Amino acid sequence: MLKLTINGLEVEVENGSTVLDAAKKAGIYIPTLCYHPDLPTFGGCRICMVDTDGKIVTACRAPVKDGMVVKTDTEEVRQIRMANVELILASHNKDCQSCSRNNTCQLQEISAFVGITSERMKRIRRSVEAVKVDDSNPFFHRDHTKCVLCGICIRTCEEINGVSALDFAFRGFHTKVSVLGDKPIKDSKCESCGECLVRCPTGALYRTEPEVPEREVESVCTYCGVGCGIKLGVRGEKVVQVTGNKESTVNHGDLCVKGRFGFDFINHPDRLKTPLIKKSGIFTEASWDEALAFIADKMKDIKDKHGADALAGISSARCTNEENYMFQKLIRSMGTNNVDHCARL
Amino acid sequence: MTNSINDIAEAKAFFIIGSNTTETHPVIGYRIRRACKNGAALIVADPRRTKIAENADVFLQLRPGTNAALILGMAKVILDENLHNLDFIKARTEGFEEYAAELRKIDLEEMAKITGVEAEKIARAARIYAENDPAAILYTMGITQHTSGTDNVMALAGLATMTGNLGKRGGGVNPLRGQNNVQGACDTGALPNVFPGYQPVSSPEANKKFSEAYGAKIPDKPGIQMTKMFTAALEGNLKGLYIMGENPVVSEPDICKIQNALEKFDLVVVQDLFFTETADYADVVLPAASFAEKEGTFVNTERRVQRGRKAVNAPGEAKSDFEILCELGQKLGLKGFDFTDPAEAMQEIAELNPKWKGITYERLEHGGLNWPCLDEHHPGTPILYGEKFLRESGKALFKAVTYQPPQETQDKDYPLIMTTGRSLYHYHTGTMTRKSDGLVELHEMEKVMISKEDAERLGLKEDDKVRLTSRRGEVVAGVKPVRELKEGTIFMTFHFAESCANQLTNSALDPVSGIPELKVCAVKMEKI
Repeated sequence: MLKLTINGLEVEVENGSTVLDAAKKAGIYIPTLCYHPDLPTFGGCRICMVDTDGKIVTACRAPVKDGMVVKTDTEEVRQIRMANVELILASHNKDCQSCSRNNTCQLQEISAFVGITSERMKRIRRSVEAVKVDDSNPFFHRDHTKCVLCGICIRTCEEINGVSALDFAFRGFHTKVSVLGDKPIKDSKCESCGECLVRCPTGALYRTEPEVPEREVESVCTYCGVGCGIKLGVRGEKVVQVTGNKESTVNHGDLCVKGRFGFDFINHPDRLKTPLIKKSGIFTEASWDEALAFIADKMKDIKDKHGADALAGISSARCTNEENYMFQKLIRSMGTNNVDHCARL
Repeated sequence: MTNSINDIAEAKAFFIIGSNTTETHPVIGYRIRRACKNGAALIVADPRRTKIAENADVFLQLRPGTNAALILGMAKVILDENLHNLDFIKARTEGFEEYAAELRKIDLEEMAKITGVEAEKIARAARIYAENDPAAILYTMGITQHTSGTDNVMALAGLATMTGNLGKRGGGVNPLRGQNNVQGACDTGALPNVFPGYQPVSSPEANKKFSEAYGAKIPDKPGIQMTKMFTAALEGNLKGLYIMGENPVVSEPDICKIQNALEKFDLVVVQDLFFTETADYADVVLPAASFAEKEGTFVNTERRVQRGRKAVNAPGEAKSDFEILCELGQKLGLKGFDFTDPAEAMQEIAELNPKWKGITYERLEHGGLNWPCLDEHHPGTPILYGEKFLRESGKALFKAVTYQPPQETQDKDYPLIMTTGRSLYHYHTGTMTRKSDGLVELHEMEKVMISKEDAERLGLKEDDKVRLTSRRGEVVAGVKPVRELKEGTIFMTFHFAESCANQLTNSALDPVSGIPELKVCAVKMEKI
């Protein structure tokens, strides 16, 4: 263990901790933009500058030394941070109200913390170069005018899902995040998992269906057998958003394209809404009572005429355990073992 | 899986065979890529250069249906070069001498010839697998959907057993289960030969237990496997079929046969979210709730029982499958269908299935439990066979297998071999994923993948329309020439009913498991 002081508070941390880790442990806020707990540190945004033993360093990359004295709010630190935030804001899209990340934007939080005022903004604001939004992907778009070049999306694509579709392209003022050949993202090797989207600190990457849920329900993804933990975001009577459940020991919050975006079927207008019975070749709506009585009578009739082994049931690898259990119980209680499901398909 | 998903991070090497991991199990795909980045070695064997093959140290592009030859070739190298784990073999296994004697007869060059993979590459893969400890095997339907599926799995089990890769973290033989609850459907007895917990229907003890619990006389003769039900109907032996959450008219092999069979039934019930292709053949269609509209549990690929929860109401009059089955059971006058809550059914499962005895809704409230979970304090079992195997002696038994070629091979009438699989953007018969405009935009229609060489020979370029014909049927689809395939092999998904790969596939079955040979069939292709 190592001991240090941050703003006069004594903190004890494990060997190998950074100054940022120590500050977090002590509950002291250090603004960060390019830092993300899931990713290796980058040290690119220069927002987390602090004073350690008289030296100005990035907190996210500075290892704690025993006896270190850290100050996070000296005049010098304030000035450097302010300048760095202003440089980002100078070319940042100023239309916050219509941005999907308004109120959850990390850049807004940092601006408020360092004390950006409208007076200062007037002085530093450049006209923002009009860059076309990359709207090629159906699930998320990229607005370069809101990008802070923190590189979180690039590192996510490399470290989290190992696709490495993204990188910085061009230089100086023209630097932007792009894909091979600066093509639309849909034409790259991007797998549309949206892991970058959920880590973007600003509104540069945003959902094309930005409805914000009013409540969340924990569940399990319904697609493949990995069984990722998800949270179904509900608004009114609809599932409007799905997010990965960080608490799940299966996926630790990670999801794929289907698991994050493939849930339109739930609220789809083509869903079956009433039982149907085929009468003279035409499906007609029926009550539950009528439909179930029809099935029960037919099943009994077949059993009486041909024996229970003339009945069979195909259960489902898509249904719950309890449903599969009841299904096999029903078929077996009829007196036959002719029950199976799609395990072989 | 014998092991858990979190184990993946601890493997020093992976042998992925017949699994397009990054598209079919994407989140496990992330884990593999991360492990490789951290230094784990990767062997990938597949007829197609899938995305995960890009991360491979050795990529073995074998001919479809030659898995056992490749695996036996690897086992042979391991034996010849003394890379097997004698301590493990001595302490934990039986029958190694006979197995080794069979392996010694194998000629590596012949295996190379059968698989189309150079002997040196097979040997390199064998060394990587055997010299890295622990090493994990991952596979999916590329191994099992063959007439030799059971032998393929046995061959993989032999490889893991001779190298001592069982019962420890980072090792194992790990089938990645394809559907969200295929494991659970098997575990809860939706199989013709076993009751919940794999208790054989033919075991007098188990049969008595379940017959008494259900208040019914359950026969001790196993029922008909799904893949054989349609043949049974064509022969007039089945009259009523209840289909819950399945779309066999798209997912089964040899669709024409399925369609003919469905017309033979006196009663077909289809219970689903949508009016599927199969619903057309039904006498009654029942509207079911989706996973987001009901309570219940699911078992993932690592045998982890997890809770799904109701988020919204089902549309219209749709009901959960659970409710429907309880109501129908009561209408049929059956006993034990008066449940109001799935938790009550879980309690009954736990009473009847010793492997699930310790599983309750309360315990599942915060995270899942991997079965076997033997009592209320049992923590679950993320890794199987840590101390003993399931046989009476507690030891694993080696079983020699021999390579059997697929039922169909190329000939002059059908000169191409077609193999099937999934796309990242769709799921099975597309009933759900094709309702998403975004997923449809990313993968709109079937494009049959064909090697550049074959495309050139047939004068085909991307998006040209072709007619594909097999001995069983024909389909029309677009094509896409790719570098990922070797000459003579084509690849098709089975997501698109209008270009349904399963019109072409072969319904020949593995004699033990009854799985169809969906991964190999002979076809011809013509430009139209």
